[in-house]
Amino acid sequence: MAIIKADKVSICYMTGDFKDIGIKEYVMRRLKGNYHVKQFWADKDISFSLEKGDMLGIIGTNGAGKSTLLKAVSGVMVPTSGKMEIHGSIAALLELASGFDQDLTVRENTYLRGAMLGYTRKFMDEKYEDIIAFAELDDFQERPFKHLSSGMKSRLAFSIACLVNPDILILDEVLSVGDGAFRKKSGDKMRQILASGVTGILVSHSLGQVRELCNKILWLDHGKQVGFGSDVKLFCDAYEEFLISKKLPSGSTLIKEMADKYRERKRKEAEEKKKTEAARLLDILKAGPKEAARKAAEEYLKENGK
Amino acid sequence: MGWSILSPLLTLLVLQIVFGFYFGQSIPHYTIYLFCGNLIFAYYRESTTGGMNSLMSNASIFSKINVPKYLFLFSKNVSSLINFGLTMLIFFAFVFFDGLPFTWKFIFLLYPVACLVVFNLGMGLILSALFVFFRDISYLYNVFTMLLMYASAIFYDISIVPDKLQIIFYLNPIYCCIAYFRTIVISGEVPSLEMHLLCMGYALLAFLVGCYIYKANNHKFLYYI
Repeated sequence: MAIIKADKVSICYMTGDFKDIGIKEYVMRRLKGNYHVKQFWADKDISFSLEKGDMLGIIGTNGAGKSTLLKAVSGVMVPTSGKMEIHGSIAALLELASGFDQDLTVRENTYLRGAMLGYTRKFMDEKYEDIIAFAELDDFQERPFKHLSSGMKSRLAFSIACLVNPDILILDEVLSVGDGAFRKKSGDKMRQILASGVTGILVSHSLGQVRELCNKILWLDHGKQVGFGSDVKLFCDAYEEFLISKKLPSGSTLIKEMADKYRERKRKEAEEKKKTEAARLLDILKAGPKEAARKAAEEYLKENGK
Repeated sequence: MGWSILSPLLTLLVLQIVFGFYFGQSIPHYTIYLFCGNLIFAYYRESTTGGMNSLMSNASIFSKINVPKYLFLFSKNVSSLINFGLTMLIFFAFVFFDGLPFTWKFIFLLYPVACLVVFNLGMGLILSALFVFFRDISYLYNVFTMLLMYASAIFYDISIVPDKLQIIFYLNPIYCCIAYFRTIVISGEVPSLEMHLLCMGYALLAFLVGCYIYKANNHKFLYYI
């Protein structure tokens, strides 16, 4: 049974001048016939389904509708049309450090976030120590939240979402938080969580992460679904080709072509590199032993910045 | 906490000074009379003006996490209910010093308080939803509460208007609650059945309308923030 099933999900934002206008302005504009509301389709006909233990990577340029889609998955928004079926509890990390109260302490915020995610105080009592230890915030437990650095805030949010054992984990550009050491730790934690059978959705601009962590992939562009599949490598290659050529594929054959193109390009690049390297080595050979030794010494000094 | 007790007392003092000489002559136990009105009206105003902002000021939370949106309003209402409870204790102290008898009928005071809690919740639901759609509601609402205050007979008796017009006061839910309080505390009588129905009717009406607005717009709020 699919844990998450999206069937032709479309989400429409209303834009236009209805925001921030008061009732006075509203009546005036209605009378003058000057009241316009435009529709903006952030997502159009997106379909995918995830089984238990799947990790979906969502790729796409800025404004592709990735975050909006996550809002629909986490239930913050309802699809304008189409259906979204979710089975299980969700811990969503949308724009990490938001949704904390700046004046409450770290401890209070941890419980508050737990309550928001729908967990009881007793449950949080059990998890609290682990969360703080993982976030490495032992010395900051009673400090007001606003005294933390932004990296610490993200670390806390990440720790909470990971350690409350949700069925579904949603991560929006979060694996790049914290310093190098924490990033490594959070990557390890992610792999451990995935191995335990949690269903996850990862939005990332780092294709390396997507290649490594995901077994399903969804490519969005300007609200439209370019493709969904389980061949992560193929899609990532095609996407990288897209980033270079800025040409969108349509249909699965073209995706394959694009991926091939990218691989071809990679292969050529590697060949090119080999050729230049070979040429360089040939030059050295031609110049004879004395000259070669001089060149090697020069290069060595250059590399070491002298 | 100190101010939640002091502020109604100071308001009471001002009203006593301003109106005491004029209305105090004809209305018995005028201080208690004033206090009844002020107590209830202050609770209504605090919980609704605070409640109006509750949704908007927590927009950053409900646009990221899927939480029931009425919780923000409920928490505001709980805090103003606690304030109301504290002021009520002072009120009883005043009643005691004024020499009014405490009777078993005081139990009935729970009824208008319960109605008022439900009514305030309902009004809070309506106002906080409207505030998301139209930001200038807050100015209109300030004017409206002023009108409501003068129409609640806080410092005068409704006998000063002609008999035919007195019915208008009963269109005001706040006045109904105030009148209920006064009947029990000052007159020592249990109000009529109609009065009970009226209080409950207003409360349920406001609450149901509020719930309906929230239910219908639950996912639309997001577009307006």
